[in-house]
Amino acid sequence: MTELAIRARSITKRFGGFTALDNVEFELRPGEIHCLAGENGCGKSTLIKIINGVYQPEPGAQFDFSGQEAVGHITPSSAKRLGIHVIWQDLSLFPDLSVAENICFDAFVANPLRGIGRAQKLERAQKTIEQLGVQLDPKARVGDLSIAKRQLVAICRVIQAEARIVFMDEPTASLTQKETETLLQIVRRLSEQGISIVFVSHRLGEVLDVCERVTVLRDGKLVGTFPTEGMTQKKLSTLMTGKELDQTPRAGDVDGERMLVLKHLTRRGEYEDISFDLRKGEILGLTGLMGSGRTEIALSIFGMTSPDSGELRLDGKEVKFRSNRDAIDAGVAYVSEDRLNLGLDQQQSIADNTASTVLKELSQPSFFLNPKRIRELCDLWIEKLKTKVSDPMLPVSSLSGGNQQRIVLAKWLATNPKVLVLDSPTVGVDVGAKAGIFEIIRNLAKEGMAIILISDEASEIFHHTDRTIVLKAGRVARSFKTSEVSEEELEGIINA
Amino acid sequence: MLNRLKSVEGSLFGVIIALGIVLSLTTDSFLTVQNMFDLLNNQAVNIIFAVGLVVVLVSGGIDISFSITASVVQYVAVSLVLSLGGGNWVIGFAFAMATGLMLGLVNAFLIHKFRIVSIIVTIGTFNLFFGLLMYFTRGRSIYDIPDWLYYRIPVFEFASATLYLPIVVAIVLAFVTWFFMTKIGFGRMIVGFGSDPEAARRSGVNIAFIQAFAYGWLGLCAGIGGLMQAHIVQEVVPNALYGRELDILAAVVLGGAVLGGGRGTVIGAILGVMLLAVVQNGLNLLGITPFAFKAIVGLIILMAITATNIDRLLPKRAARVEG
Repeated sequence: MTELAIRARSITKRFGGFTALDNVEFELRPGEIHCLAGENGCGKSTLIKIINGVYQPEPGAQFDFSGQEAVGHITPSSAKRLGIHVIWQDLSLFPDLSVAENICFDAFVANPLRGIGRAQKLERAQKTIEQLGVQLDPKARVGDLSIAKRQLVAICRVIQAEARIVFMDEPTASLTQKETETLLQIVRRLSEQGISIVFVSHRLGEVLDVCERVTVLRDGKLVGTFPTEGMTQKKLSTLMTGKELDQTPRAGDVDGERMLVLKHLTRRGEYEDISFDLRKGEILGLTGLMGSGRTEIALSIFGMTSPDSGELRLDGKEVKFRSNRDAIDAGVAYVSEDRLNLGLDQQQSIADNTASTVLKELSQPSFFLNPKRIRELCDLWIEKLKTKVSDPMLPVSSLSGGNQQRIVLAKWLATNPKVLVLDSPTVGVDVGAKAGIFEIIRNLAKEGMAIILISDEASEIFHHTDRTIVLKAGRVARSFKTSEVSEEELEGIINA
Repeated sequence: MLNRLKSVEGSLFGVIIALGIVLSLTTDSFLTVQNMFDLLNNQAVNIIFAVGLVVVLVSGGIDISFSITASVVQYVAVSLVLSLGGGNWVIGFAFAMATGLMLGLVNAFLIHKFRIVSIIVTIGTFNLFFGLLMYFTRGRSIYDIPDWLYYRIPVFEFASATLYLPIVVAIVLAFVTWFFMTKIGFGRMIVGFGSDPEAARRSGVNIAFIQAFAYGWLGLCAGIGGLMQAHIVQEVVPNALYGRELDILAAVVLGGAVLGGGRGTVIGAILGVMLLAVVQNGLNLLGITPFAFKAIVGLIILMAITATNIDRLLPKRAARVEG
């Protein structure tokens, strides 16, 4: 048997009275791609932080690295000396520095007084970029790069720092399918070079695809480490949540009245000749690769941009929105993709965020805002969407990803919309919370709301929509009843 | 090369040259050695302040107290050497640098230790230092300064015009700052910290040290600048530099530094100072009433900032919303 890259045993961590990790074991083989799975709050990040020396475990924990027992505390710098690196979800890059300088940054920190010439930095960076076989301009400013490219810079940076073990925290959360595939290829290449990768991801499909083994945590306890061979998404989510999730596809025959009609809608450079209907009670999947125009169409339906030509009809009447205020008044709600930045004001209270779309209504007839009515509205939606909130006056930032997403939904549902556009509503949300959000969406459709679901995850589109429209380069490439295809076929169509 | 021209520094340089050509054609006295040397001599102190300030701005902070630091340093330094019986340049420099550094570290300490936003801390120390200075001096100026500080030190003569010591000091400080900001890893750590403090912390950057260095360096520059200012005007007036901080701040921002940190260069800061100087100089030579100066300078600052931001305001087709 080969020596393990990491063997960690009897890891327990308490925060005050709360046990975040309870006697957990973790093993990693050299060159292995390993997945760490579990719902939010299950202890994944705590485990990563312990192995990287950010947190100290309770006494009794044992660590072997490459067969050698670790003596004393692990500190962040001793972890780095052992070649253990983390790529955090926010990537921790420097937007104002060049790609080359980001890649070499750890050398600056290690040796602040050493002179480093421009040519030398470029050469070092270039070598790493070539080793990974990626396309990056070492002179580019990182702030000007797409998230996918920044991800590559972050990987180059740990490789430059001679990483042997790399933890990747949700590396694919903000990538499209195509970018994800490129990333996974690189991960495989690293593993061939003997570097072990630990992957944390909520996208179970890709986890099963790329990883050899998966370690599942639930509520701070180890559920087990399983080979991914023979594992299905359904089985894995059952292991993670401890319950069976209902995921029956929708029948797809909705014959409510036409709520939203697009006829030959065109906006130059963004989308062209888009026509479709959306009926009351229907969930329409809008999918396609990055740049296919899905978000752009949604922004026009929501009045943020105006189409150059074509017709947009809402509830039988033609509409021309001058701004999103018009669209909101007409009954359109749009839940943006970038929930954390655009959808919510993180510092404001849960109640204020919920009320933010209907302030005018809440201040009638007296002109002044009535705090009691804000509270009532907030309580109503907390109950309706089963949001876990201890106190509505706390800032939104105190909630988990899944619960934040519910507050965004509540905020828009408070406007009583006829058409709800959801742009990638489950990005960065864990399995259990995802299921909860889709339950809400399906109930809304049952109550007669017309819903557009933008997503590039085949399994979401497959399970939760009635019809699917696939966009390609700003045009409708295909349009079909979702139940006519299988999940695998759908996956192929999206990525074609 | 084209990229260089497109950068803030490149366009500033272009504007200065263009202004220079216009002024050379419209006035007799602009393009003379005497006027050029005067310009440099007069801007030495501003350049010293600017190269110190740009380090703080790049590190993501702001400091408006440095002009008061300079005032305090020149007053205390001159009083001290007088009480020592005269002193000399070595004592003067050593004392100015040490006092300036110390006052800068006070800012850094408050900002780092108590996590107060830098603008608030420095508004506080600005008032505190200035208040104490006025209280203890009762606003009295010192006219009788030591001989070594009084007599100008010529460094370079050409066509009966002379460059004096302060501009040499400014150039040395600018060179040192440029060197550590761009040529060694430490400077990149300052930029990195200004660009994303959390990422810097996770990379093992010693944040306390970076902040102490940035504000300390500005304090040190301010101290030297204060000494040079006293040397140039041959007197110490406690409120002479009051208000200078905003001019320097505007000049450094003109030079491409960003209030959020992460961006800014020594060359840009100097060019920003020189642009405002050439404008003032031109207005003087053209015989425009000094009462209009402030307004015109203000207008130019607004125009230049708008111009450097214009590409961000124009709709971008290339950078589409992802999705």
